[in-house]
Amino acid sequence: MEFFVDPSRCIGCQACAQACAECDSHRGISMIHLDFVDRSSSPQTTPTVCMHCDDPTCARVCPADAIKQTAEGVVQSALKPRCVGCSNCVLACPFGVPRYIPALDQMMKCDMCYDRTSAGLKPMCATVCPSGALYYGSRETIVQMRREQPTNTFVFGRRVVTTKVSLMVSANTSALEVDIASFLPSPEDPSAGNNPQQVAA
Amino acid sequence: MTNRTNPPPQSPGFPINWEDEHQVTRRTFVTFLLLLSTTFVASTGLIGLLNWLRRRQASQLAPLRIAQLQEIPIGGVTLFHYPTASDPCLLIHPSAEIFLAYSQKCTHLSCPVLYQAAERQFYCPCHAGRFAVEDGRPLSGPPKRPLPRIEIKVTGDEIWAVGVQA
Repeated sequence: MEFFVDPSRCIGCQACAQACAECDSHRGISMIHLDFVDRSSSPQTTPTVCMHCDDPTCARVCPADAIKQTAEGVVQSALKPRCVGCSNCVLACPFGVPRYIPALDQMMKCDMCYDRTSAGLKPMCATVCPSGALYYGSRETIVQMRREQPTNTFVFGRRVVTTKVSLMVSANTSALEVDIASFLPSPEDPSAGNNPQQVAA
Repeated sequence: MTNRTNPPPQSPGFPINWEDEHQVTRRTFVTFLLLLSTTFVASTGLIGLLNWLRRRQASQLAPLRIAQLQEIPIGGVTLFHYPTASDPCLLIHPSAEIFLAYSQKCTHLSCPVLYQAAERQFYCPCHAGRFAVEDGRPLSGPPKRPLPRIEIKVTGDEIWAVGVQA
């Protein structure tokens, strides 16, 4: 059973965020974010779940030993007694997943509903998503069902990141390459930083 | 995708995997046991050393004049502090020619004991501990050790405290 995210199917209904916030372990606070891709030009949203990197940058930069990865490859949210709220992980994550919660002085992020998925259940968000933007199931099934194909390899500059969660991309794409330079605002075009372009390799 | 080589990753100072965190090697466990037993031995030795020093000091205490003989009637009691100002003691006069002095600190949890002349005992109101007047031994209640006795010397018509029997 794997997790697949297809942002193009997202309809912005917030069901995933509401369902996530229902969980007893973090009641009232959603660990999944619904982000607008480019709010000024489109209503398109994308659900941001943790990609659960094979080599989690957030855990590597944590100075407090608060982020742990399980044998299944699930990267846990920050351990409450250890997290010092420094936001190193927030800044380091290439996918923008961890969020600092000021009221708790803690980082919280998606842990793929570890209490549910470790017991064979689906994550809450995937059970409620009405459009299939979040899908939890076998790879064979989703490859047959969809035109898009899953990829779990992302290239950020010189860094190749492989993840446990897959993103649905066009069929001829093997890896998603992110042009980091396009994220940086330049003196000629200050708005460039607000308009990232993702390039299929 | 172009061929790239990942730059060497930053090396964290602790394990990222849960299993590594919970794994305790035999060497670590034995080291822990060794340190624990060393701590026990060292702390026991330290306690023994401190007790020895305290006893050594107690035998070299400066004498203190407590009261005059006629100041304390039979059945009377006087409070004094010996060997330091934070060590309250009771001087009692249970019968003629007999003066006794004990530390006022209950040996259970250091509450001040009260002298009850009629019952010939010291009574601790905190947990109802009782001590005998004759030798300070515990009679009932939580205390298991006798009250420390203060050595007394009568010089002329003055009563002096000269030492502590722990």
